[in-house]
Amino acid sequence: MDLAKHWRLRHARYRLEGQRNRLTGEVRFPPAPLHPGEAEDTWEPYVLSGRGRVYSFSIVRQPPEGFEDQPPYLVALVRLDEGPMVTAQLTDCDLDQAAIDMPVEMVTRRLRDLGPTGLIVYGYKFRPIMQM
Amino acid sequence: MRHVYIIGTGATAVGEHWERGAASLAIEALTGALGTIPASRLGALYVASALSGTLHAQSQIGALIATAAGIPGVEAVTVEAGGASGGVALRQACMAVASGAVDLAAVVGVEKVTDVLDARREAALALATDADWEAIQGITLTALWALLMRRYMHEYGYIADDFAPFPINAHANGVANPHAMYRFAITADKVRSAPMVAEPLGLLDCSTAADGAAAVVIASEGLARELCASPVRIAGSAVATDTLALHSRPNPLWLAAAAQTTTAALRSAHLTHGDVQVFDVTDPHGITAALALESSGFVERGTAVALAREGALTPKGRLPLATGGGCKARGDTVGANGVYQIVELVAQLRGHAGAAQVDGARVALAQCMGGIGATVATHILTLD
Amino acid sequence: MMKPERPVGVVGYGAYIPRFRIAAREIARIWDGAGGTPVDSKSVPGPDEDTITMSIEAARNALARARIAPDRLSAVWVGSESHPYSVKPSGTLVAETLGATPWVSTADWEFACKAGSEALTAAMGMVGSGMAQYVLAIGADTAQGRPGDALEYTAAAGAAALLIGPAAEAVAVIEGTTSYVTDTPDFFRRADTAYPVHGHRFTGEPAYFGTSRSAAEKLLHDLGAKPSDFTYAVFHQPNTRFPQTIARQLGFTPQQIAPGLLSPKIGNAYSAAALLGLCAILDVAKPGDAIFVTTYGSGAGSDAYALRVTDALPERRERAPLTAAYLARETFVDYAVYAKWRGKLVME
Repeated sequence: MDLAKHWRLRHARYRLEGQRNRLTGEVRFPPAPLHPGEAEDTWEPYVLSGRGRVYSFSIVRQPPEGFEDQPPYLVALVRLDEGPMVTAQLTDCDLDQAAIDMPVEMVTRRLRDLGPTGLIVYGYKFRPIMQM
Repeated sequence: MRHVYIIGTGATAVGEHWERGAASLAIEALTGALGTIPASRLGALYVASALSGTLHAQSQIGALIATAAGIPGVEAVTVEAGGASGGVALRQACMAVASGAVDLAAVVGVEKVTDVLDARREAALALATDADWEAIQGITLTALWALLMRRYMHEYGYIADDFAPFPINAHANGVANPHAMYRFAITADKVRSAPMVAEPLGLLDCSTAADGAAAVVIASEGLARELCASPVRIAGSAVATDTLALHSRPNPLWLAAAAQTTTAALRSAHLTHGDVQVFDVTDPHGITAALALESSGFVERGTAVALAREGALTPKGRLPLATGGGCKARGDTVGANGVYQIVELVAQLRGHAGAAQVDGARVALAQCMGGIGATVATHILTLD
Repeated sequence: MMKPERPVGVVGYGAYIPRFRIAAREIARIWDGAGGTPVDSKSVPGPDEDTITMSIEAARNALARARIAPDRLSAVWVGSESHPYSVKPSGTLVAETLGATPWVSTADWEFACKAGSEALTAAMGMVGSGMAQYVLAIGADTAQGRPGDALEYTAAAGAAALLIGPAAEAVAVIEGTTSYVTDTPDFFRRADTAYPVHGHRFTGEPAYFGTSRSAAEKLLHDLGAKPSDFTYAVFHQPNTRFPQTIARQLGFTPQQIAPGLLSPKIGNAYSAAALLGLCAILDVAKPGDAIFVTTYGSGAGSDAYALRVTDALPERRERAPLTAAYLARETFVDYAVYAKWRGKLVME
């Protein structure tokens, strides 16, 4: 059921917490362990803004196990303003509304329900930016 | 390092083998590859399977197949690298024989996917993606290729219809291949009107995962000349990886591992891109083959689709591709694809490819990839 | 009337309403509802939304308006009758997502439709006592109505978050509150059942009206105030008619309740209902305006509050989407899609 795994990933999944390189300022997401030889304090936690643009997208109609109740759903690669690219579903977006370069913002939603004896997995999705 | 030769090939038909398990399929292929050589002469056995462990709750597939072949005791390993398993297994065999550690080795690719329901199969294919950052989002490999296709169309000005020559060519060639799952031609109209699987990929530009096994026996030069009338040399062999997740790449439309392994394999073979006359690459979709050909350096970026439109992919064209039907018509045997590719290309080099024969083929390239090119294995086969 | 020694107020506020709606007449089409409908439409949570996800967005909006660092929150409290887990608080997820963990208190609250204001009253105490500088009180629900039942027309979804802090930092100071509670079984849900039971006309005068009136009249009395002293008023809004009726009974005018009356369009957002109305009022109120709030929760109880708007409101309200922005995004679905998304189809 991966209780511990989902718990380990919660900060990245819930609030888009990645890392910033203390020396170069480079931002990366998701957070990753040090490479062999990297100094311990090379990377610090960094919360990304959640703003970005759609690099490309598709619509899943033949889902993998665990997502059978969701199709058709939009999946996309989103280029975040800080530089990294993420893979995520688009939500609050009509199937014919999605477009390459569409500006989007991160929202926290249910990714999967692991069933009556399992966890609800929450994480990031992206939606077209809401008018204020 | 010694030269390495393929001296035997074998394969089962690809399809829904309800009455056969993985071992049965694997032994059929191995038997075909061994011919009159007793299995007990094998110094090593490399079994390639992407999904057997996961789908059948079975580890140690190497020992499983060795036992089924009647040779428990042989050095056998399971090789898993998603869709690149077959090519990666071949590379292990090549290194073992080239180094002198082993004189005779067999590579068996086997995949048995039809025992499980569609959603489970789709999830198993998605194991080749990043579990924590791609698969958890409900992504499928098809959806990732689809979004790459959409980006490619956006950057280079194509429409979805432009990709139809890929599956049309695959199906036309599949007619001539007795192992192929689908042996009928398809038209551009059928491709266009097929239902969407993951926009913009329609059903007829998506391969079907199916059961099958393919095997090759490889030998050192001396043994090859002794045991085989028409050995085919493995002149180049390379494996490389790229970032596991597609989103970690600087340019998602560039398959760096395909580029790297093609360069390395050509260099080992002392050949150039222009020398390659026939290709078999992982091609579940037209976009996959297009990106593979471009990243491997055979055509300029953004032009593979235009060239396909001009007929380059057919056996008479400039880039004969999927002469055995490819993933689309031969069938997508995932981890075994890399070995099916070798079986097909050996037939081409020996002049046994029938209606899909590329005239005078002497140099062939096989390339298989795991996930979106996270692992790529490229081999160059030549006639001496 | 209760008020803490240290004055407190709303330092930030945030709303969230899902984009989807179902028209009441669409429900009537299926269940052959005769006569009028209690609302025009209600909000429907999307398939990837729940009380936790809505609370998170409302809370993010409240934090954006307050502009305080999330680790300064001493408590994150979520009131709902549709917490996704029976055991595992919605608040922990909300707190993690906001960055308020680990030095924070969280708990889930339940009191039917007034669970959010329960959290609000407690937040007043926590901040007013000096135990905390800032506490986040959230009311959120994805309410379920039994198919074909009268409540199906109104059981809706939404979230409202109020970040409570010192009055000196507030956009609206809370001058005092009263709570009126009796054990009244007008509407309840037994553990492990999907849908609530309600007492039809018993939910009216003895429950909603009697209870709300008691809390409201006591607050007015203790403040020495009359309805006309207030610029705006908002009541718990389970449908269109109840809040209009109680307003009239107490002496408030239709103009006073107009900006906060959201139920005709979004139905009954349960624990978020009155508080969303308050958010909508804060979106238009001017410094110096007085606001009267009365919540109601079946079981039964009512919390009444009097607030006064400060100079800080106009600038701060622009920092996050207005309630109107959420109201404006309306995508209507039909009963089949609604039933699928609300888990009313037997899948196994």
